[in-house]
Amino acid sequence: MSETLITGLVVFTLASFVGFEVINKIPPTLHTPLMSGSNAISGISLVGALLVSGQGNTNLSVILGLIAVVLATINVVGGFLVTDRMLQMFKKKEVKA
Amino acid sequence: MLQDMNLWLPSGIQLSYLVASALFILGLKKLGSPVSARQGNRLAAVGMLVAIAATLLDQQVLNYGLIAAGIGIGAAIGAVMATRVAMTSMPEMVGLLNGFGGAASSLIAIGEFWRVTHSSGSLPLDAAVTIILSVLIGGITFTGSLLAFVKLRGLITGTPITFPLQQPVNITLVAAFLVGSVYLILHPESVPVLMGMIVLSLLLGLLFVLPIGGADTPVVISLLNSFSGLAASAAGFVLANNMLIISGALVGASGLILTQIMCKAMNRSITNVLFSAFGSGQSATGGAAGDSAMDKTVRSIDAEEGAMMLGYARSVVIVPGYGMAVAQAQHAVRELADQLERLGVDVKYAIHPVAGRMPGHMNVLLAEANVPYPQLHDMDDINPEFERTDVALVIGANDVVNPAARHNQSSPIYGMPILEVDRAQHTIVIKRGMNAGFSGIENELFYKDKTAMLFGSAKEVVGLLVSSVKDL
Repeated sequence: MSETLITGLVVFTLASFVGFEVINKIPPTLHTPLMSGSNAISGISLVGALLVSGQGNTNLSVILGLIAVVLATINVVGGFLVTDRMLQMFKKKEVKA
Repeated sequence: MLQDMNLWLPSGIQLSYLVASALFILGLKKLGSPVSARQGNRLAAVGMLVAIAATLLDQQVLNYGLIAAGIGIGAAIGAVMATRVAMTSMPEMVGLLNGFGGAASSLIAIGEFWRVTHSSGSLPLDAAVTIILSVLIGGITFTGSLLAFVKLRGLITGTPITFPLQQPVNITLVAAFLVGSVYLILHPESVPVLMGMIVLSLLLGLLFVLPIGGADTPVVISLLNSFSGLAASAAGFVLANNMLIISGALVGASGLILTQIMCKAMNRSITNVLFSAFGSGQSATGGAAGDSAMDKTVRSIDAEEGAMMLGYARSVVIVPGYGMAVAQAQHAVRELADQLERLGVDVKYAIHPVAGRMPGHMNVLLAEANVPYPQLHDMDDINPEFERTDVALVIGANDVVNPAARHNQSSPIYGMPILEVDRAQHTIVIKRGMNAGFSGIENELFYKDKTAMLFGSAKEVVGLLVSSVKDL
């Protein structure tokens, strides 16, 4: 195994533990926003899509990368916006409309 | 000067990724309380912006025009989706977004495969393995999520779809994928084999969700959420990018936790959810229970009587189920709670973990109807309080309040944690008719002496209750 792969595995394992610790404390009330918010975070594949689509020469890679850019951006923008829309509805006291 | 740039830029990008990862973790931490949650979401969004900006500075990135167009199109679609979606349709939206994330990861892996094989003609073992994994997870997430979306929309039946030899077919497909993987590692130039494996991964996604029933959608959505994270991580391994690996791992962990919670709330194991096609084989037991119910009687009351019980109670716990959301009755329910509070009644809401169609769904629907979140109580908090509750008002919930889960060992839902409404002094159940719930079984709660049934559509009945309570 190459060094990059091992580093990747280390990073993956440690990040998973952090994820379990942090997310276990989130109350059920907020589980739907957690899901849509984490959904937006998984749109981080946009970074990968940018790297693949940015390469100058090989054409098919670029096309596939660009489709991935569109899909991942939908994921990021849609995820963060809809989470914000939900969270602004959570209020401590009733607001008289 | 230019040389300095070349020297500093790569570390600068990596450091920006570190900042972005830290912002993601902080954002998730702040999602732990309704007070700070909105700020947390914004922190995560800022982290995303940092990561994207840093990546665009990477000197590998050349096609700025095309990329700007891609981001523009994606952002427009995402923004429209986010502003238009109804809160009842959140599971569909999340399902669809999971699918897009999976597809993006798969495309990244295929694009990278193309680039590496065309520039060097060979594929190192590490690269081959990570690309194969990324294609597999991404493909399953994509078609699995699309099918979950179609099922949730009601475009095809929500009942489990099974066919003969389903398991052998699945196993054959997995075996074929493994054989393809080995071949591809040995002969990386074989594009047709890669194509075949992409098709296989897409098929596996469909076959994975096909036999899962409507009642189990919260589990499937959570699991696919986890997959979308793992897909991003896999793409990170393909590109040797730590940012992707970290974020993907966070999301993978989050989805897995939610999946566990949902399974526990339904007293089922994950393998049972995935492979048993729950709900398709229950008609026999359901029918038998129906027969024995014939000689039992239910006590039916009208709205006026219900309003008396509620209005003169000291404490009322409202138990909303998905039936309430389908009837769009949450605003009427809030109005009822307002009127009761005006009379000095203590009103709380009891939320079962699987009350909606995704984790936490019911809380969002009630928040939308302006119910203050301190009134929303989890199952574990509220169950000890039912004994001191005068009236439990069940609206459009069924299986999650069935006492059979506690003592009837032959019941399919035996052992499932329930909201113990039968321990309250009185229980009022608002229901359209005597139909069984998702699991297709009778609810003995309806036949208890302390239980009063209020038949009618949730919205209408609650509306009548509101006007009757006003007259008290």
